[in-house]
Amino acid sequence: MSTSALYNDQGGAEAAVEAGQESTPTSSGTGAAFGLFSTDFKKNEDLKEMLESNKESLKLEAMKRIVGLIAKGKNSSELFPAVVKNVASKNIELKKLVYVYLVRYAEEQQDLALLSISTFQRALKDPNQFIRASALRVLSSIRVPIIVPIMMLAIKEAAADLSPYVRKTSAHAIQKLYSLDPDQKEQLIEVIEKLLKDKSTLVAGSVVMAFEEVCPDRIDLIHKNYRKLCNLLVDVEEWGQVVIISMLTRYARTQFTSPWTEGATFDENNEKTFYDSDSEEKKEQTEAKPYIMDPDHRLLLRNTKPLLQSRNTAVVMSVAQLYWHLAPKHEVNIVTKSLVRLLRSHREVQFIVLQNIATMSIQRKGMFEPFMKSFYVRSTDATHIKTLKLEILTNLANEANISTILREFQTYVKSQDKAFAAATIQAIGRCATNISEVTDTCLNGLVLLLSNRDETVVAESVVVIKKLLQTQPTQHSEIIKHMAKLFDNITVPMARASILWLMGEYCERVPKIAPDVLRKMAKTFTAEEDIVKLQIVNLAAKLYLTNSKQTKLLTQYILNLGKYDQNYDIRDRTRFIRQLIVPNEKSGALNKYARRILLAPKPAPVLESAFKDRDRFQLGTLSHSINSKATGYQELSDWPAVAPDQSVRNVEVIEPVKEWAPLVGKTKKSKSDDKFYSDDEEEKEEEGSASSGNEDSSSSSEESDSESEEESSEESEKTSTDSGKSSSGSENSSSESESEQKKKKKTKKAPQKKSKPTAADSDSDENGNGPVAQASSSSPESSSGSETDSEDDSDSDSLAAQKKKKSDAKSKPKVEVKSKKEVSLLDLDDFSPAPTNAPKSSFLSSSLLSDLEGLSLSNISSTMQVTTPSFGPVKTYELLHHMTGKGLSAKYHFPRQPCLYEPSMVAVQVILTNSSDHSLEEIHIGERSPAGLNIHCFNTIERLEPEASVTVSMGIDFSDSTQAANFQLCTKENQFSVSIQPAVGELLMPSTMTEQDFTKEQGKLLGMNETSATITMATANTSSQAISKQVLSVANVGVVSSSQNNFHRFAGRTVSSGALVLVSLELKESSSALLTINTEKSVMASMLLRDLKQALTQA
Amino acid sequence: MIHSLFLVNASGDIFLEKHWKSVVSRSVCDYFFEAQERATEPENVPPVIPTPHHYLISVLRHRIYFVAVIQSEVPPLFVIEFLHRVVDTFQDYFGVCTEAAIKDNVVVVYELLEEMLDNGFPLATESNILKELIKPPTILRTMVNTITGSTNVGEQLPTGQLSVVPWRRTGVKYTNNEAYFDVVEEIDAIIDKSGSTITAEIQGVIDACVKLTGMPDLTLSFMNPRLLDDVSFHPCVRFKRWEAERILSFIPPDGNFRLLSYHVSSQNLVAIPVYVKHNITFREGSSQGRFDLTLGPKQTMGKAVESVLVSSQLPRGVLNANLNPSQGTYTFDPVTKMLSWDVGKINPQKLPSLKGTMSLQAGASKPDENPSINIQFKIQQMAISGLKVNRLDMYGEKYKPFKGIKYMTKAGKFQVRT
Repeated sequence: MSTSALYNDQGGAEAAVEAGQESTPTSSGTGAAFGLFSTDFKKNEDLKEMLESNKESLKLEAMKRIVGLIAKGKNSSELFPAVVKNVASKNIELKKLVYVYLVRYAEEQQDLALLSISTFQRALKDPNQFIRASALRVLSSIRVPIIVPIMMLAIKEAAADLSPYVRKTSAHAIQKLYSLDPDQKEQLIEVIEKLLKDKSTLVAGSVVMAFEEVCPDRIDLIHKNYRKLCNLLVDVEEWGQVVIISMLTRYARTQFTSPWTEGATFDENNEKTFYDSDSEEKKEQTEAKPYIMDPDHRLLLRNTKPLLQSRNTAVVMSVAQLYWHLAPKHEVNIVTKSLVRLLRSHREVQFIVLQNIATMSIQRKGMFEPFMKSFYVRSTDATHIKTLKLEILTNLANEANISTILREFQTYVKSQDKAFAAATIQAIGRCATNISEVTDTCLNGLVLLLSNRDETVVAESVVVIKKLLQTQPTQHSEIIKHMAKLFDNITVPMARASILWLMGEYCERVPKIAPDVLRKMAKTFTAEEDIVKLQIVNLAAKLYLTNSKQTKLLTQYILNLGKYDQNYDIRDRTRFIRQLIVPNEKSGALNKYARRILLAPKPAPVLESAFKDRDRFQLGTLSHSINSKATGYQELSDWPAVAPDQSVRNVEVIEPVKEWAPLVGKTKKSKSDDKFYSDDEEEKEEEGSASSGNEDSSSSSEESDSESEEESSEESEKTSTDSGKSSSGSENSSSESESEQKKKKKTKKAPQKKSKPTAADSDSDENGNGPVAQASSSSPESSSGSETDSEDDSDSDSLAAQKKKKSDAKSKPKVEVKSKKEVSLLDLDDFSPAPTNAPKSSFLSSSLLSDLEGLSLSNISSTMQVTTPSFGPVKTYELLHHMTGKGLSAKYHFPRQPCLYEPSMVAVQVILTNSSDHSLEEIHIGERSPAGLNIHCFNTIERLEPEASVTVSMGIDFSDSTQAANFQLCTKENQFSVSIQPAVGELLMPSTMTEQDFTKEQGKLLGMNETSATITMATANTSSQAISKQVLSVANVGVVSSSQNNFHRFAGRTVSSGALVLVSLELKESSSALLTINTEKSVMASMLLRDLKQALTQA
Repeated sequence: MIHSLFLVNASGDIFLEKHWKSVVSRSVCDYFFEAQERATEPENVPPVIPTPHHYLISVLRHRIYFVAVIQSEVPPLFVIEFLHRVVDTFQDYFGVCTEAAIKDNVVVVYELLEEMLDNGFPLATESNILKELIKPPTILRTMVNTITGSTNVGEQLPTGQLSVVPWRRTGVKYTNNEAYFDVVEEIDAIIDKSGSTITAEIQGVIDACVKLTGMPDLTLSFMNPRLLDDVSFHPCVRFKRWEAERILSFIPPDGNFRLLSYHVSSQNLVAIPVYVKHNITFREGSSQGRFDLTLGPKQTMGKAVESVLVSSQLPRGVLNANLNPSQGTYTFDPVTKMLSWDVGKINPQKLPSLKGTMSLQAGASKPDENPSINIQFKIQQMAISGLKVNRLDMYGEKYKPFKGIKYMTKAGKFQVRT
């Protein structure tokens, strides 16, 4: 390389000129004068003079210029003696620059470098921790073998330093010493062992790095620290996290048994069951093979999960690979979203992440299929990014999405980036072989491409067609004929050769054309490329064997031409073929077999992904990226058949091991587990580390003499205690509410499992992003003209829809007409009956109800996962606090679904949670007041385990009043009086009507029945969407589509008496609006008016 | 881990080298130059290049290649992420990250690199800590230093290194206490020929500029946190709090930082704020092509679409374009075939259009693909996903800060296929 040669050039005028140039920008004032007029020799003399002067500023200037030289890669080693003198300088910047110089040149000037050692030894005892640390850093960076003992001593001392920063530096120094002198390994391992015990987050990352470099096989050192590392992980700095996670991945693979059930490994079917229902699959698994995850294994998975949210892409990737290699198959999906997020990052990050996704997507399509569109290629992507995306799209292709993918590919084929277009054609070929349904379509498409103007496209098509035809040659003589026709126009050698090969291979299918093609080729033989010539010879030989009558002469002519060809390959081939096919006395037995040799049936090529075998490398590693083993790559071991002793990880201190009794639904558990973050034990850890930090800083302040130091350490102490306080404060509160929170989580989960409608309210699950989601979410927007995106409607819809399905098309045509306006969250064909027909459901028998529950249970997980309403949660109210309830707590909310028990009842869902430590028995409803209160109770719950929760639904007839319903909630031992007070809006059912109907009905309800008020709307609420949202959050009413923009109408009926409640809102200028409510129930009207007013006026 | 770093400019010269372990000859970069020559575009240089004894991992930013030399197995993203962090730090220190800026500040660069890595392992990458160690060069400070002889280098261990909140230093003081948050959303979309959306998603970030005295503890809550589907946080955000309550609670770093980046759940339909009517045709045999483009606003919720810039890579056969914009200016580079049209603001009453003819190479066949059109735009005071900050509260300090929140929507990778 000329450039590098130029740079290595040291002597001569050229260097001098350069030196002059470089001194101008780096030096200000005095420096320039020195550089401009000096020769090479003189220049360094100047620097030497400056270094030996008494002025600090001159020395500094000189050092700056020397650093400039080092940066440019120029040699300045002859200045070593002059520089090394300044190592003890008081000026900190000068000293630092001298350090830079030392580290760079000490290796070359070992004897002189020894001069500086005593300075560092002195600095190692400095009261300032920063100075101690930097002295150790430089001392260990000087690669002079003589000082190995001194380094060893310094490292040992620093490893016991009070300052975690110095200890961190010593961990770094371990690696340096090891690379300088591997014989020190044993001693260094001792230091590592000691540092591994360190509780400081600052040290953790560095010492694990040292461990990985020095003794990655000493897994036994990790045992005792495993839990600590897992717990500290979140607080370690990001780079340390990466190193620790990859080490722990390796560790886990040696210590735990496989969470992957046998036979289920990388099985697509398995994945489908996952999509359907977690819990079911889980049960199956546990039945098949009682696998119980080691609590430590779970601990690792749990503690790494939040790191998926890290801003550092390397951390996210390392967590993703950890899950890929360690998590049960159904849990791996949680990393998908985060990986897809990384695709927004820099080009280089995209490249690596796409490579890893490509490998993952081969084994598990389902993981990335919902995100298929994220892999669509943009014309602005770099070529290697484009090819990777193409690779992933091809991997993701299946029967369901192939048409979409092919349509996308059609765009790519036309791309101006021809290399990419060619890759697309190959991808089409792969899709065609993998998915037999589209083989013909693809083939036809490719044949069309043969008439493309671009050569590379045509050539690639021919090659791919050749491969495809080979897989099923029977019915494609048409295509072969077509290709023969195109042959004259195709110039790319590879394509020509492919066509010729096809002709030869299937010459019996095109008996008329093949000899003709051979005739043409005989004419142009000499002008062809080598690869084409070989195929001509091939074709001739095959034709000679099958159709010697027509082609004998031609073949001989071609063989003669080939005999005198310039290329020895062709001459060889010709000679070989001649001996093989033309019978003469010399040729022996081989001749008889010529036909079998040449026309043997050939196996079709398998079109495979280039990432097929990449999974032999650990994901996210360099080796995976370059697809070959990099130096220092550590194989990931297979799972042990039997787990090694677990107790090795036990530490005397109480560790945060939870009672991981093998409860059922493991998935559920893991989710609620995340809340254990604020666990007591862990807190202790944290506090411990915080307090140790305090000790450090305070002790260093004791040692220090200088004022400033004291001040700063005091300050830092203060902050650390402060933050310690604040965190512990929050901890307290959190631990107080811990159990409650836990309960909340549990209960939150529970309704999802048990009841269908609340499913929509659930938090968007990490992995709840199934394909259904997109379909269903897009349908409401597109199908409904009205602005209803409130989940409430759709909730009741989906319920109603399910009901409808069960009740077997009881829906009358009228209902269907109505339903068009309605929103269906589930994409259940045409069934999205309007909520008004709710009363109809009254004739559903209760046995049907249980059917429904069963139905909902079986497919609830898919519903649950896919719906992420854009609208706030349904309000949950407290029914019974666990303190007053002696461990039993209850919450309730209004699911806003038509009550199944009786049409005049309001449905209420109660979530019962047992937060005591013993199980509660016989939970039921006791006395109620007012006496006439009509309540449909839930069935008695026989037993509720500790920490378990259950959701029950009940119906209450409030008789259209907001009077509270009081009743007793009883357990075996206790009775608690509770009351449910409904908000007025909950006493309504949505009603669907047209605008005309609305005005007509409104006309009937004037005068006394009309209540209105002028309100000032909050600015946030002026859009029609926001208005509907606010109104729907207050009252369970239906939106009436409106033709006027400034008019919003909502209609509902009271649940009990079925009286109409009409709400209309007329927007006027400057955010004022007229809110009118028409209903016979004037009390309700005024209450509703108040509530709505409040909702709409608040910001 | 990271052995050495070479900085290579666009013309293939190494202008800076730094070694953290023993010196690696710069001839190792020859493999990189080879790859660079092979690549048609600067972006096409592969980020990971294996050589017989080393591995080269490079990133390209501001037309400078940062080439890291690796000797053994290391997660490539680790290196890539670190290199990007280096670039960010340079940008932070010098305002720009150009060859000139780096050469001018070579000493600071060297001091920074020395602090950022120890033996190839990242030591301090937090800008707040680095700034305490090495003060960013300003004109004033250079002046003061020359006079007083003081230095840019700190003598003390930065307070952040040991504290629980390494991103914030202690003793911050301001007279005006202010906290500004910018919610910036970008729409990535591919629109097909007929105008229907093939894929569209919204990515957003919240960038903050916090200048508050002391150790404030902030909480930020959203009106509709459920919109946020996938989030990544600055380390200062308390994850548990977010998990439990969907509230951002944090002790902010001092100055500018990115608090949060998020992805809006794909369930929500994305409103596309602009539409393009296009008619780009090439006729067989004729050396003329027609070009007709009209832009219009759509679903903008009454906000103006500003700073619109349309660019398109025309087919290679196009020699020149003779167009007539109804507003704004256009340029066509006959070498790169890049057409760009600076539209400015879209006036809904009078839609901007660009019409005219393209002249094609005589005799060349008609290009088989129409160029795709990239659009950039900005919409102020609106977050297209509808995300709204509910409130911002401060605890831990007594004063009353000035708070501000700004919304903006931008086009990300917004492409229209024609």
